[in-house]
Amino acid sequence: MNKIDLIEQSMMRTDMAEFQPGDVINVHVRVKEGNKERIQEYQGIVISIKGAGLRRTFTVRKISNGVGVERIFPIHSPSIAKVEKVRTGSVRRAKLFYLRTLAAKQVRAKTT
Amino acid sequence: MRGILGKKLGMTSIFDENGKLIPCTVIEAGPCTVLQKRTKDQDGYEAVQLGFEERSEKNVNKPDMGLFKKYNMKPMRHLREFKGYKVAEMNSGDKVTVDIFEVGEKVTVSGTSKGKGFQGVMKRHGFGGVGGATHGQHNRLRAPGSIGSSSYPSRVFRGMRMAGRTGGERVTYKNLTVLRVIPESNILIIKGSVAGSKTGILEIYKQAK
Repeated sequence: MNKIDLIEQSMMRTDMAEFQPGDVINVHVRVKEGNKERIQEYQGIVISIKGAGLRRTFTVRKISNGVGVERIFPIHSPSIAKVEKVRTGSVRRAKLFYLRTLAAKQVRAKTT
Repeated sequence: MRGILGKKLGMTSIFDENGKLIPCTVIEAGPCTVLQKRTKDQDGYEAVQLGFEERSEKNVNKPDMGLFKKYNMKPMRHLREFKGYKVAEMNSGDKVTVDIFEVGEKVTVSGTSKGKGFQGVMKRHGFGGVGGATHGQHNRLRAPGSIGSSSYPSRVFRGMRMAGRTGGERVTYKNLTVLRVIPESNILIIKGSVAGSKTGILEIYKQAK
């Protein structure tokens, strides 16, 4: 293994819950406001996991006040406090970008 | 300036204390061995010659081997002089390691950029190219445009920027921040990019306080 891989490996997190595209997860994000730090929760459906090593990311989509919101998190980011799996999905694809065009009811039907 | 020789291992990214992913260059810096010393009396200036990366004796020519024999040292692949060290306190055979650098310090890094071959003026000098692709424009998109006037001066001025060999020259990056120093494996991690290819030889300098 080369030295760059070793450096990356030393910064990777191993405490992350396992989840797959289609799962509904709750991400606890550390938010810094001035000197204070608090936890913000962000719950939604995982529509994509991509990248490798330290730069692996996952995309979480949710409908907030009728507007679709997608956030991309680096899996190994220290600003993620924890990830909770809320519901296990059952989907046939690795990337669920087609959910963007569906209504909420259809999304539920497609992912359970 | 005080400095050290290193080898570029490649780029990666690491998380900073705010959770931001920072692009960085990983350098294997040192350990360097002091070979010759230049002194005011003998050479008119003060410097130390540092050697980096041992090499097999069979690959070294006899004149070079004579130098290494004289200082009773294993042959080194790269030799470079550095000023700014306290030359009087150093002896041949001393090691200079990566722990002369601290995290958060600004450094200057010099190296040889990747050779890019014969390139046009847009890549080589950042010219804008000639206008748009429409309005009757034909095959002049990346051309330099006019290189001078006619009756006066009737010649092209010296130093006019034109196409030609690009890259493969010495490039210096200043004010790069040191993100990590790992003395056990002689690793130096620097924010941002530096010149040259992987395994390219770099000179890393401390900056004046």
